[in-house]
Amino acid sequence: MVDVSTTWRSQFEAQACANAPEWLTSLRAKAFARFTELGFPTRRDEEWRFTPVSPITETIFTASTQTVSAEEVALAPFAEIGGTRLVFVNGKYAESLSEVRALPKGAIVTSIAQGFREHAETLEAHFGKYVQGENHAFVALNTAFAQDGALIIIPRNAIVEDPLHLLYLTVAGDTPTVSHPRTLIIAGENAQVTIAEVYSGIGEGTTFTNAVTEIVLAPNAVVDHYKVQAESESAYHVGVQQVQLDRSGNFTSHNIAIGGAIVRNEANAVLAAEGGECTLNGLYIAGTGQLIDNHTAIDHAMPHCNSHELYKGIIKGKGRGVFNGKIFVRKDAQKTDAKQTNQTLLLSKEAQINTKPQLEIFADDVKCTHGATVGQLSEESLFYLQSRGIGLEEATSLLTYAFASEVIGRVKIEALRDQIHSALFLQLPAAIRPEA
Amino acid sequence: MLEIKNLQARVDEKEILRGINLTVNAGEVHAIMGPNGSGKSTLAGVLAGRSAYDVTGGSVTFNGQDLLELAPEERAREGIFLAFQYPVEIPGVNNMYFLRAAVNAIRKHRGEPDMTAGEFTKMAREKVKLLQLDPSLLNRAVNEGFSGGEKKRNEIFQMAMLDPKLAILDETDSGLDIDALQIVSHGVNALRSPDRAVIVVTHYQRLLNYIVPDFVHVLANGRIVKSGGKELALELEEKGYGWIEKELAATA
Ligand SMILES: Nc1ncnc2c1ncn2[C@@H]1O[C@H](COP(=O)(O)OP(=O)(O)OP(=O)(O)O)[C@@H](O)[C@H]1O
Ligand SMILES: [Mg+2]
Repeated sequence: MVDVSTTWRSQFEAQACANAPEWLTSLRAKAFARFTELGFPTRRDEEWRFTPVSPITETIFTASTQTVSAEEVALAPFAEIGGTRLVFVNGKYAESLSEVRALPKGAIVTSIAQGFREHAETLEAHFGKYVQGENHAFVALNTAFAQDGALIIIPRNAIVEDPLHLLYLTVAGDTPTVSHPRTLIIAGENAQVTIAEVYSGIGEGTTFTNAVTEIVLAPNAVVDHYKVQAESESAYHVGVQQVQLDRSGNFTSHNIAIGGAIVRNEANAVLAAEGGECTLNGLYIAGTGQLIDNHTAIDHAMPHCNSHELYKGIIKGKGRGVFNGKIFVRKDAQKTDAKQTNQTLLLSKEAQINTKPQLEIFADDVKCTHGATVGQLSEESLFYLQSRGIGLEEATSLLTYAFASEVIGRVKIEALRDQIHSALFLQLPAAIRPEA
Repeated sequence: MLEIKNLQARVDEKEILRGINLTVNAGEVHAIMGPNGSGKSTLAGVLAGRSAYDVTGGSVTFNGQDLLELAPEERAREGIFLAFQYPVEIPGVNNMYFLRAAVNAIRKHRGEPDMTAGEFTKMAREKVKLLQLDPSLLNRAVNEGFSGGEKKRNEIFQMAMLDPKLAILDETDSGLDIDALQIVSHGVNALRSPDRAVIVVTHYQRLLNYIVPDFVHVLANGRIVKSGGKELALELEEKGYGWIEKELAATA
C-alpha cells in the first residue's frame, strides 16, 4: 500500500518557495506540521460523522500543470457572468484568460501569488489570520500548499459596481489532481463589493479542490459573496470560508452547490463588533453518487448583531446531504437576533439528509430561532398541477424549482441567477425550462 | 358524456361513496347538494383522479373512455376540470407560468401548437376581465395570499382558460358575496354550450338562480338519494335535508 502521508510530505518538501517572504515560509511549515499532527478527519470525528472523506484521503493526488484554451474555458459551467474575471486553472492564475476591467482608484484585484510579491505587508497582516487551521486538517493543508488564488482589496469608501468573478477551473487529468486555491478579500471601511467565487470543472476524472477563503469587512463595509460549486461529478471539494465582520459590517453569502462527488462547504462568520449583519443563503442539490455537506457557523461575539440563515437542500436518487448550522451567542452578545432555517426536499425514497442545528447561547437578552424541515413534495400541490393538465414529471420539476426559488431569487447577479436556474432544471428529472 | 355506475370509494378504510349512479349528457347542468360529509367532494375528487381515494367498485366512463384508468393530467387533457373547494396555494410557482404550462399541455394533447406568449397574454387579459380579477394576481404565486373570493374566481378564471368539456365546481359559491357570486356565475354561464356539461356542488340554492340546473341530486351518506329538477333545490332550501331522510326511512 502506498503511504499517502509520505506523498503529501514529499510534495510539500518539493514545493517551490523561491522568493516567498520569511513569514509565509514559516507559516507554511507550521501549517504542514499541524496537518501532520492532526491527520485527516475520520467518521469518529464529530464534525465529520456523516461525511466519510476516505476517498479523498486514500488517493494520491498531484498538482497539475495543465493549461486550457479560452474556447475550453467558455464551455465550462458558470464561465461567463460578465465584467472582471480572474481565471485560475487548477489553482494557478491564468493571466491570459483573465480580464480586469476598470476599478475604483486603489482597488486591487489580482492573484495572491502576485500579492505575496507586491502587497506583502497587507498579506502579512491578514493572510491566515481569520481561518482556523489549528483543528482543521484541510485548512492546514491549504495553508501549507497555497501558492495562488485571488487577492481583492477594496479601499475605504470605494464602491465596485460590477461583480468580480473568480473562476476556479478544475481540469481533470490522467491521474488525480489537486489544487489548493486561496482567496483573500479585504473590504475597507464603507467599501462595497460583490464577488462571485465559482468552482467549475472541465473534463471527467478524479480531482480534489481544497479551498480556503478569508473575507474581512472593515466597519460599515458591504460584501455580497457568491460561491458556486459546479465541478464535475467525480470531483472532491472541501472549501472553508471564514468571514470577519467589524462594526456595522454587512455580509451576505450565497452558497450554491450542485456539482461534485464529495463536497464539504464550510461558511463561518464572526460578528466581531456591534451592529454587524450576516446573511447566509444556501442551496444544494445532490443526486446519486453525490454527497454535499454544508457546515455553517455564525459567531455572535458582540451585541446588536443580526444573522439570518436559510439553507435549502434538494436530494434526489441516492444522493446524500448534510447540514450542520452552528450559532454561538457569546456572553457579551446581548440583543442578538439570529434566525436559522434549513429545509430539505427529498425527491426519492433513497435520498438522505442529516441535518443538525446547533445553538450555543451564553447571553440572556437575545432572540434566536431555528427550524429544520425535511419533506417530500406536497401531494396536494402535485394533484392541483396535474388536475390542470400538467404531467407528473413537469409538476415535480415546477414544485422543486419553486422550493429552490426563494434562495435563487436572492441572487442579485442576473447572469448568475439565469445560469443557476438552467443548471437546476438540467438537474431535475424532466428538463422543462420556463423562460426566466 | 359522463356515466357513473355503482361507484364506490373509500379513504383509509372508510367507505365514503356507496354506489353512485349518475349520467351527465352534453349540454346539461347538474347540481349536487347534500349535508356536510356526505361525499360530494369525494365524488368530485374521484372524477378528477385524486389519489387519496381508493375506488373499490363501479365504473366511470367519460366520452366512451374508462376514466378511472387515466392519470389526473390525462383526465384534464381529455377535458375534465375541477374547481377545488379549497384551492391549493403553491408558493414559488408563478400563476401565469403555471397556466401557460397547463394550456399548452392540453393543446398539445389536442394536436394544437403551443400558444405564443403574446396569444396567451391576450387570452388571459380577456378572461381576467370576464372574471373581474385584479390582473396583478396573475403575476403572483398560484393562490398564494389570495383572499377566499380571489381563490374561487381564480379557479373559474383557470377554467375559462382551459376550456374544458366537463366542469366540476366544488362549492365555488361558498364564501362569496353576491357580487362575486354573479361574476363567477357569469363566468360559468359563458362556458355553457351544447357540447359541454357542468356539475355544480353547492349547499345553497342561491347559486342555482344564476347557474340554472337541469337536474338536482341529493347526496347523502355516499348515495344519491333523490333527484329532481331545479325546484328540488328550492324545496331543500326551505325544508333542509331532514325530510328526505324521513321519506327514505318511511320507504325502507
Ligand atoms: N382525506 C381524507 N381522510 C379521511 N377522511 C376523509 C378524507 N376526505 C374525506 N374524508 C371523509 O369522508 C367524508 C366525506 O367527505 P367529503 O369531503 O366528500 O364531504 P362533502 O360532502 O364534500 O362535505 P362538505 O359539504 O363539508 O364539503 C367525510 O366524513 C370526511 O371526513
Ligand atoms: Mg366538500
